[in-house]
Amino acid sequence: MKIKWMSMLAPVVASLLAIIIGAILVGVLGFNPLSVYGSMLSGAFGGWYAIGSTLTMAIPLIFIGLGIALAFKAGLFNIGADGQYWIGAMVTVWLGYHLNGLPGWLHMIVMLLGAMVAGGLWGGIIPGLAKAYRGAHEVITTMMMSYIGILLARYMIEEGPMKAKGFTPQSPMIDQSTWLKVLIPQTQFTTAVILALAAVLVVWFLLYRTTMGYQLRAVGFNQRAAKYAGMNVPLYSILALGLSGVLAGLGGGVQMMATDHRLLDSFASGYGYTGIVVALLARNNPFGVILASIFFAALTTGGGNMQMFSGVPASLTNVLEGLIVFFVAAERLIPMARDWYRTRRTGKHSVAISEKG
Amino acid sequence: MDVLLNPQLWASTLAMTVPLALPAIGGTFSERTGVVNIAMEGIMLIGAFFGVTFSYWTGSAWLGLLLAMVMGGLISAIFAWAAIRLSADQVVLGMAVNIFAAGLTAFLLNTIFGYNGTPTKTPSLPEVNIPGLSHVPFLGVLLANQSVLVYVMILVVIVAHWFLFHTNLGLRMRAVGEHPLAADTAGLNVARLRYTGVIIGGVLSAIGGAYLSLGILNSFDVNMTNGRGYIALAAMIFGKWTPVGAFLASLLFGFATALQIALQGHGFSSNLLQMLPYALTVLALAGLVGRSTAPAADGLPYDPSR
Repeated sequence: MKIKWMSMLAPVVASLLAIIIGAILVGVLGFNPLSVYGSMLSGAFGGWYAIGSTLTMAIPLIFIGLGIALAFKAGLFNIGADGQYWIGAMVTVWLGYHLNGLPGWLHMIVMLLGAMVAGGLWGGIIPGLAKAYRGAHEVITTMMMSYIGILLARYMIEEGPMKAKGFTPQSPMIDQSTWLKVLIPQTQFTTAVILALAAVLVVWFLLYRTTMGYQLRAVGFNQRAAKYAGMNVPLYSILALGLSGVLAGLGGGVQMMATDHRLLDSFASGYGYTGIVVALLARNNPFGVILASIFFAALTTGGGNMQMFSGVPASLTNVLEGLIVFFVAAERLIPMARDWYRTRRTGKHSVAISEKG
Repeated sequence: MDVLLNPQLWASTLAMTVPLALPAIGGTFSERTGVVNIAMEGIMLIGAFFGVTFSYWTGSAWLGLLLAMVMGGLISAIFAWAAIRLSADQVVLGMAVNIFAAGLTAFLLNTIFGYNGTPTKTPSLPEVNIPGLSHVPFLGVLLANQSVLVYVMILVVIVAHWFLFHTNLGLRMRAVGEHPLAADTAGLNVARLRYTGVIIGGVLSAIGGAYLSLGILNSFDVNMTNGRGYIALAAMIFGKWTPVGAFLASLLFGFATALQIALQGHGFSSNLLQMLPYALTVLALAGLVGRSTAPAADGLPYDPSR
């Protein structure tokens, strides 16, 4: 129980430390940290519109964060979720304005399946096979595939077969019958949330209630031991990276059906990187991913508000993200600080005794 | 074919190699001592930003470069401290540095210089033209108007190779990356050697970043490294963790980039051409070069108490 408590503590402490350092940075530059964070908070949670925007922003992060967490569980680092997301989005949109003869529900299922397959192939099969049989480091292959994926999607809408008529680089609109229903009026908060929560449950079940999940975690925990226990380690590398890509691709597909409805030149979203931070902060726990996604979505929506009202650039949120990842990685700081405090106290104590004596 | 025979292509290849080779060799230093370093991208951004900022403030591009190196060394020292002293996960730490650096440089760019970018009056590093060389065929075009950092890079390749493979300190650094326990038993200071490797790596990466902002331009732009730090990482692995190998791999990636630029006017899609260096990296890693083996203790924190 104590271990579980510590694992919850570290992300919270990391976030607090980052917020404090951010406050100092902002203060040094001559802003009032309280009003800066105040404008951030009201931008993220002040009223239904803000809450709706924050939750909307959290949904793609949940999908991507889940995928990255799942890969982490198998000891693999999927750094290229961005590309998997956009490849999923691209395939969904393509299916979304073709196949218009299908009934709405079937059309939607086909679109979601398309996103999953595309993301899985992009993230899993190519880097997974290269990892399993050639030892190519997945950090590099997923990253490179991510660049290629984004360039491919951009090609499609700028000069390729998915370019809509007109000067704006964008694809045609997907069929209206495949749009997800809006739940909070005036916002883009849709039934996508149900899909996201379902994905969380599925991943949790898969990881903790199935043999496959157990073996996947065993491979991540100790690859050599898993190998000697007879597990097919290369297969699990492919599987983990593949499922990771499936989730990121699904995130892209859902986002297209929920809010964008077409492929736009908005590729610099950086979801893939924020997804890494989400997974780390959640300690790869599927339910933790929900909380961490809302936290980072709040930073983003709040950051926009902050830039508007206090003049502090929204990129401050990236500074905070970087600091949080740093402090989560440097978790030993906490026990180290505690030990330092204890030895200092006992040190003082022994000095006091020697003075008495 | 005309494109390939044009010496301009090869001049541009050389120019595009610098911001890959310097961080790739930097990464080699870090990983040879056993610290996995994927933070080159972020350290390059730090170097690029502070290079321009200090060049503008001091009025000297050389001082700008020097302070870029100091800042690169500083941030990699913090990285090294967390990796070595706190035994933190080095890949995650590297990611933290990358996210932090991208945020910090964008944030400082807007708070210091506003939203119009860095001032146009910023001095940049000089270009070098060797007298009389312009009459030599091919070489004349190849080396014409190249930044002084091109020559620095060539020097770095030679010195780094000599240092790592022909000096005592280089041997010690490699020993610590292969078998820290044995090195420790033999009386080497594992932590200090690892700090040295990581900080050399940071300084070289920062020069690579400053080349982008001060060498070929005199301005900083948000995320101007554009993934070069990651390509450098691939070049380091491709080059099998040796300075000369890293340089040759960087030349190949530099060539892919230069070719993409040269072909742009010829009716090829720029989006598809831009995939070239990335696709090349995947192919290279998927086995065209054979398996590359990392230093044995790469990425493993050394904690003698365990």
